[in-house]
Amino acid sequence: MSPTRNYQTQAIVIKQSKLGEFDKIITSYTPEFGKLKAVAKGACRPGSKLGGNVEPLTHSLLLLAKGRNLDIITQSQTIDGFLALKSDLWRISCGLYISELIDSFTMENSENRPLFDLLLDALHQLCQTDGSEIVLRYFELHLLHHLGYRPQLHRCVTCDSPVKPVVNFFSFSQGGILCPHCNSEENHHCEPFALYHSAGEKQPKNLTQDRFPGAISAKSSFPLSVDALKVLRLWQDCDYATAKRVKIKSNLSSELEQVLQCYIIYLLQREVKSVAWLEELKSHLDNHREEN
Amino acid sequence: MASRFSASLAEPVARLVEEFNKLPGIGPKNAQRLTYHLLRSPNEEAKALAEAILALKEKIRLCSICFNITDRDTCSICQDEERDHSKICVVEKPSDILPLERTGKYDGVYHVLHGTINPTQGITISELKIKELLSRLQDSSVTEVIVATNPTLEGETTVMYLQHIITPLGIRVSRLARGLPFGADLEYADDMTLGQALDHRQEF
Repeated sequence: MSPTRNYQTQAIVIKQSKLGEFDKIITSYTPEFGKLKAVAKGACRPGSKLGGNVEPLTHSLLLLAKGRNLDIITQSQTIDGFLALKSDLWRISCGLYISELIDSFTMENSENRPLFDLLLDALHQLCQTDGSEIVLRYFELHLLHHLGYRPQLHRCVTCDSPVKPVVNFFSFSQGGILCPHCNSEENHHCEPFALYHSAGEKQPKNLTQDRFPGAISAKSSFPLSVDALKVLRLWQDCDYATAKRVKIKSNLSSELEQVLQCYIIYLLQREVKSVAWLEELKSHLDNHREEN
Repeated sequence: MASRFSASLAEPVARLVEEFNKLPGIGPKNAQRLTYHLLRSPNEEAKALAEAILALKEKIRLCSICFNITDRDTCSICQDEERDHSKICVVEKPSDILPLERTGKYDGVYHVLHGTINPTQGITISELKIKELLSRLQDSSVTEVIVATNPTLEGETTVMYLQHIITPLGIRVSRLARGLPFGADLEYADDMTLGQALDHRQEF
């Protein structure tokens, strides 16, 4: 066997699916090759040497052999299993959400090392007990940055004038802030989101229907409060430690969640499936807390 | 594939080859071999196979209590008075019951979820038989729920969710032990398994 047939890489496993009776197709994110799909032979067998090292949300070192179609994982070793993350229902769900985002936004064989570092960092942050919501928002914002969709938050995307400290609008199609004047001229308002926002209500259960890409047309914009804009601007250029120091009330938190997730859905033109579960779980945990 | 065959084969033969070809793990060559085997075999054998396939789809349904596959309203395990009905073992799919029964160590009853919580595939609690499990827990004298989902991330998510909603009901929730499988090698064990094997080590 020639030496070029084998190669080694670090990988964070983001998804797996079954292949035949005992094999699995592992989708992972790597620093050198971006998203990488490979076969883990016999991973479903009880005594498999690969099994636990190729479970989703595991940072592993993989040795792969070039295959005709998909490459084959021949050896694996866990670097970090993120055990603290996997022992908590909410944090597992957050981890699955960010891995779904990476999977939906990336293509195979397209290197993006900062994105790998961002993912690794986010998983480490999720292992810590506090601020999982902030980690998700920070991850979303920086994911957009590394993919080339960094929101323009300092100048109006239409008239280029500096943004004033009033309620501005976020335009999904133009990827940035619209000043109130430009927004009213183009009459862009996106009704369903504006309603939640102004009423400050919790998102209703059937939001998935409103979140359907059709609801976020090219003309949609989202009213953004001064506080939300300030937080987004800060997060765009700071590290996790600073981001976590920001105290955020639940109203502001849901506003930030809505604007970023709507922008993501607009870009993907489809729903992110695990959002429904995160919402279901969040309301369940909130009810539980109230009962106690 | 079918059109190429149908040009050179008699229609009934081509049709059966095509049907066999749809089954998992059966390629065109295998499908042909099976078809020719049936062609040569006695009429009764072919008839028995056809009847067995029809009966499978006509008679099989889900048990009204545990959602295992059965040909009656309630499955034989749920009907068995000898079994301990205060213990419920929760499994992902009907085929998981067989290996547990083979151990001969479990005398309780089962509950089949028909899947696990898998957020990235859009499978959440409404798609699973979790509501049915909860209503089962409310009107019977269940004292323990043993969650026997696969030791994967989805399985763990399901265990944690069930533990979260069942423990407040005052029912004990346990899950299968995690550890090293028989015949495994310590050197190749992953951190999670080895860590849990250490945590739950047993005294001789």
